[in-house]
Amino acid sequence: MAEPLLELRDVSAGYGEAVVLEEISLNIMDGAGLALLGRNGVGKSTLIQTIMGFTHLVKGTVHWRGQDITRLKPYQRARAGIGWIPQERDIFPSLSVEENLGVVARPGLWDRAKVFGLFPRLEERRANMGNQLSGGEQQMLAIARTLMTNPSLLLLDEPLEGLAPIVVEELGRAIADMTKQGGMTLVMVEQHAEVALRMTDTAVIIERGRIAHRGRSSELIRDQATLDRFIGLNIGT
Amino acid sequence: MDPHLWLKRKGRISPYEVAFWPIVLVLPFWLFPTYLSLSSQIAITALFCISLDLILGYAGIISLGHAAFFGIGAYAAGLLSAHGWGEPLSGLAFAAVVAAFAGWIVSFMIVRVQHLALLMITLGLGFLLVELANSLGSFTGGADGLQGIDTWKLLGVWKFSFWGKTAYAYSLAVLFILFLVCRRIVRSPFGLTLEAIRENPDRTTALGAPNRAHLQKIFTLSAGIAGIAGALLAQTTETVSLESLGFQRSAEIAIMLILGGTGRLYGAILGAIIFMVARDQLAGMNPQYWYFWIGLLLMIVVLFMPRGILGGLERLAAFGRRR
Repeated sequence: MAEPLLELRDVSAGYGEAVVLEEISLNIMDGAGLALLGRNGVGKSTLIQTIMGFTHLVKGTVHWRGQDITRLKPYQRARAGIGWIPQERDIFPSLSVEENLGVVARPGLWDRAKVFGLFPRLEERRANMGNQLSGGEQQMLAIARTLMTNPSLLLLDEPLEGLAPIVVEELGRAIADMTKQGGMTLVMVEQHAEVALRMTDTAVIIERGRIAHRGRSSELIRDQATLDRFIGLNIGT
Repeated sequence: MDPHLWLKRKGRISPYEVAFWPIVLVLPFWLFPTYLSLSSQIAITALFCISLDLILGYAGIISLGHAAFFGIGAYAAGLLSAHGWGEPLSGLAFAAVVAAFAGWIVSFMIVRVQHLALLMITLGLGFLLVELANSLGSFTGGADGLQGIDTWKLLGVWKFSFWGKTAYAYSLAVLFILFLVCRRIVRSPFGLTLEAIRENPDRTTALGAPNRAHLQKIFTLSAGIAGIAGALLAQTTETVSLESLGFQRSAEIAIMLILGGTGRLYGAILGAIIFMVARDQLAGMNPQYWYFWIGLLLMIVVLFMPRGILGGLERLAAFGRRR
């Protein structure tokens, strides 16, 4: 059997003394897509931050391409090929779009021409400062900036949150294009569960810091009872 | 393909820069041939100011004790000369290594603290070194200053004369070379990452930048350049005093940088020129109260041109282009 790209073994983690995640084990195969679902505050973003190495790991191990990376610092994990797009976007406000894209850019499939092809609006605004962009443009820039580091795994934390429906549609299309073009592995936390489920192969529902359900995304999108029970979501099919 | 090719293109020298340096080089020789000592002091101060710009303007490290490295460089070159080796270029290299080493040691503390703690540590470092130099009077000359510095001819040819032609040419040449080095650094991927660290250190870590290592590198480099500036002062004036390490010098250099504009390198040069010329002229008019005018100028600049005089001029030029 092929080796998973990322594997979490029995991970419990949190912030300081507070343990948010308990005994999480999951595998992500190369080129696959995983949706992380759950209500607000159940630990989805903490799980993403644990993969990046920003939380306090109480127990368990994190493996990347079979290697134990539990003790690696966040920047070393990023250099190994894990790209994280945070909920807050964290654009560098007084750097231009072009400069934002250049920070820690690494050679690979994704270069400026390719990310401008994916987000033509960024090319139009290449000379603008980060703080002169709209929310949707900032999100595009956050994704494009991480793509410029040419990651193998992309962790997307609520990329569509707070955006206008038309921008949600545009960004959703761009994320789908991006994963297709780059053959990229994707972990997506998203309140718009139906969008996340349509873009991924498998899904995990987190409840109070533990995995409450796991299964195929295509099946979960039709499993109204489970969606309603764990995330209070009613998808009109 | 190199993902930073655009950065290299962007870093090309502009016509304004090509025009700037010959003017700076020739103007003092032509306009103030008998006043070159001030010009060489300006060049040295500009270099010191550039060293602060590297850490404050680009990397966001606030320091109120940067004169510590200026003073270490001054004492290193001065002591070397006072003990029998007055060759200026090797003196500069020695001062750079000593100051950079001191900077590297301090950088381990600097990268672990922020904000007020950073201010206090840098301030404390300055006080500590002044007292250390004062207490080692038999070695450093204490409050009387270091005696017996004798700077040899530059390249064995040009003597450091009373008129200060050699001192000015030497200081300006060192400023120009190190400016080019700093310009190359700040317009490299490393420089861009420093700016990003200044904006949001957590994000740069998440993108794969080793923040602490980057900050340590720039702090060490900055200390080395400050040390070279200090050594230039020691060699061209043949004196080193406790004042070279003191808080006033650290504060003045920060004022110059804020006046000129941080994060631009040219802002450091402009700030040094404005401050030094203003001090010279205002102190001539009123030796006791000249700081009043500097304070007023600083308040006006901070209120109306928060990005410094150069930043204000850039905004004005951008406004003109839009119209």
